[in-house]
Amino acid sequence: MRNLSARVRGAPDRLLRDVSLSVAPGEVRGLVGESGAGKSMIGKAVLGILPRAVEVLSGEILLEGTDLLRLAPADRRRRIGATCALIPQDPLTALNPSRRIGPQMTDRLVDILGWSRTKAQGRARDLLAEVQITDPDRVLRQYPHELSGGMRQRVLIAAAFAAEPKLIVADEPTTALDVTVQKEVLRLIADMQARHGTALLFVTHDLGVVSKVCQSLTVLYGGLVVEDAALRDFFPAPAHPYARALLAATPKYTDPDTSLVPVPQEVLDGVQAQVVAADRGWRDG
Amino acid sequence: MQLFRAVILRLLTTAVTLSGVAVIVFVVIRVVPGNPIAMMLPPGATDEDVARLTALYGLDKSIFRQFLIWAGGVLQGDFGTSITTRQPVLGLVLGRLPATLELSVMALVIATVIGGFAAVTGTRLRGTRSEAAIDVANGMALSVPDFLWGLVLILLFGVLWPVFHISGRVTPSIDLPFTTNFYLIESLVRLRPDLWWDIVSHMLLPALALAIPLAAIIGQVLKQSLKETMHLDYVTLSRTKGYSETHVITREALPNAVLPALTLVGVQFTFLIGGTVIIERLFSYEGLGNMAIDAVINRDLPLIQGIVILFAVIFTGVNLIVDLACAALNPRLRHG
Repeated sequence: MRNLSARVRGAPDRLLRDVSLSVAPGEVRGLVGESGAGKSMIGKAVLGILPRAVEVLSGEILLEGTDLLRLAPADRRRRIGATCALIPQDPLTALNPSRRIGPQMTDRLVDILGWSRTKAQGRARDLLAEVQITDPDRVLRQYPHELSGGMRQRVLIAAAFAAEPKLIVADEPTTALDVTVQKEVLRLIADMQARHGTALLFVTHDLGVVSKVCQSLTVLYGGLVVEDAALRDFFPAPAHPYARALLAATPKYTDPDTSLVPVPQEVLDGVQAQVVAADRGWRDG
Repeated sequence: MQLFRAVILRLLTTAVTLSGVAVIVFVVIRVVPGNPIAMMLPPGATDEDVARLTALYGLDKSIFRQFLIWAGGVLQGDFGTSITTRQPVLGLVLGRLPATLELSVMALVIATVIGGFAAVTGTRLRGTRSEAAIDVANGMALSVPDFLWGLVLILLFGVLWPVFHISGRVTPSIDLPFTTNFYLIESLVRLRPDLWWDIVSHMLLPALALAIPLAAIIGQVLKQSLKETMHLDYVTLSRTKGYSETHVITREALPNAVLPALTLVGVQFTFLIGGTVIIERLFSYEGLGNMAIDAVINRDLPLIQGIVILFAVIFTGVNLIVDLACAALNPRLRHG
């Protein structure tokens, strides 16, 4: 993604401010920021599901060299459907309650990629086995309400890998789960990613999660990229003061007694000034 | 098993409802002014004649006695004899029932198609001027009552551009080779497209008049329901799979949006059946509603009672069907 800017139609300020980031095949990149920093917007932009009110002002989204934004809407939709996938945030609402699991997993394979129904079904069965679901055939025939939250998240992870996508966007996939399940799901996503060699953009606000699954990360503040680093460089010493403060603010699980540390005001002022400066440059240019 | 018990329970409450309806109708039509006997006799009849006829129909007894006699008959399947036609009420009423059922169901189908189409199109085009146009049309359809739509349709397609029939159920000169009164269905079963078209062109305008306000309600409720559904995550997920907006709406959102709309449509459908009374009159359509108006004008007490009871049966039946349909459509209820 290069120099992507977007805003709410008619609004004076931008939501995304010249965002550039890239995810290489087989790489897991964390996308970190506070709520409202624009991290979900980036995920949505890549998958072509930006809200209608949001317009892209400039920039390009390159997928294997093709700029998605230059494609006709129908082509873009199909291209994204064939090469990208989403692991959604809330497994309880991300499955259609009136459709069985099987068709929900295979519909893309059959309708968009033109697979035969039997082949798609076999694929779904294999994937469910891969995410350690013991009785795939039964699950394929079940309705979402018959499965637990953890099971549904497994189904969604398996479904995301169904078409062997080049890129998967995981939109805070563990936020809606309770802590015990979180760890398991995290490991599952990491395992699947490693096995399939998919590029994964991991959207989260939790640096702890990033340290477990990602190789690199991008930190956003106010729609502006403030840090872009490999994980091994970031964790000992983030370059940007805001990223440093964010890291310091992350609660330590090993020492539950430490009180929460807020990001210091002067750091916030500093990064805010940076946002303003970026906007000044944008308006003048 | 659970479903079976629910149905039994429903039938029991239905029986109580119908008894209540029977009592109210019976009492009310005897308390309001108007005497059927006076209507029947020619001017100049003697008091003796009046007394004889009153006794013949049992109208000299107390209301309570009359009710017991009538209710006893009803329980044995005898709804009494029509005063004006001197024929058994049950036969008269059942003879007209198919006409009204066919008309109402046709109106329901038309309303569902138009309303569903409007809801899906409105959702598809949300945020555009076309959506606003659909909303305006919806509001107009909703705020004009069915009998006025009837007059508008008569003017448009009966007078200015006479392509459809505006009176009756079938062209009188046609000799119908039918054994039942379900003309529309029988013309299909007997593979008689010529008769079928004549019947349809008689039914279309009254059915449309009934359907327009209902279509608006269906459109509005379904669109609202769709709007809520479209925000849900599984709809978004389906978009990322590469599906078109229309596919996303009809395949993912619609099945889940239909459920909340269905209950309301059921209630509205009973209003539509009520609306047949005036519409059938307007189009001289020989159904139950038209018969009801004649019965009231002539103070034909047994016939009024029979028609009202039958309407009540239809209403409760429709509600039962809607509830069953909801259960069938919702996998969570189905597996209880």
